[in-house]
Amino acid sequence: MKNLDSVFAAYLIGWAVFFVFSLTVAKRAASLKEELTRLKERLNESGPKGK
Amino acid sequence: MAKTGIYTFIVCLLIGVTTYASFYVAPTESTMGLVQRIFYLHAPSGMTSLAAFLVSFIGSVAYILTRKPRWDWLAVSAAEVGVAFCTVVLLTGPIWAHPAWGVWWAWDARLTSTLVLWLLYVAFLILRTMIEDADRRALVSAFFGVFTFLDVPLVYGSIWWWRTQHPQPVVFTSAGLDPTMRKVFYLSWLSLTCLMALLIRQRYELEQSREELRTLEQELEAH
Repeated sequence: MKNLDSVFAAYLIGWAVFFVFSLTVAKRAASLKEELTRLKERLNESGPKGK
Repeated sequence: MAKTGIYTFIVCLLIGVTTYASFYVAPTESTMGLVQRIFYLHAPSGMTSLAAFLVSFIGSVAYILTRKPRWDWLAVSAAEVGVAFCTVVLLTGPIWAHPAWGVWWAWDARLTSTLVLWLLYVAFLILRTMIEDADRRALVSAFFGVFTFLDVPLVYGSIWWWRTQHPQPVVFTSAGLDPTMRKVFYLSWLSLTCLMALLIRQRYELEQSREELRTLEQELEAH
């Protein structure tokens, strides 16, 4: 079982990179969605006044 | 949404099966022993990163020719995903190299050109954050993306063109790779390619939302 720790470390680090990347994209998407909803609400509120 | 869920589930399943096959199905290599199993993550990640950079290059060229924003979105999405895969290559490589070669890193052609490639694409992503105007940012980064891709053939060919510490290719040659090892390698490559497609799509949708946000902000300003 020589070097088993290296194999585990490589796989752990590798999958962690993909997981963290996917998580950051999902977080950015969630924050954008929130911002979009907020802006849409503001636009709906100001819409009739502008006309 | 349901389609994305099913696709994500398939990718996760493929990754699970691949990890199992890498540890329990592939035979232990006689010279390096257990540590050779890193091959099933390291090598397909490298090939997938080059594929992602190729997609980014196509996006950059298409943007220069058509000036349609969707090509710029594709270029940046694929570049970011490519950087993630290249990061995996650069991290798993030294973990494998240390027990196999006795050193963590060697400044040979393959390793150095891969590090330069990673740095160039990180610079590509940083460059985009420095330009405010969307059209100008897309055009500058498209030209930079084309220039950056020039390193990809260098990375790919480095092991043929120069004497390197990095081993010669064993997959697309007649070199003696065990048939089971070859099958596990192909399975791993398939699952990582599917993961790449999923991540690029996720990242592309982010760019679409950004565009929607910009349009809404302009509408709000006009009110």
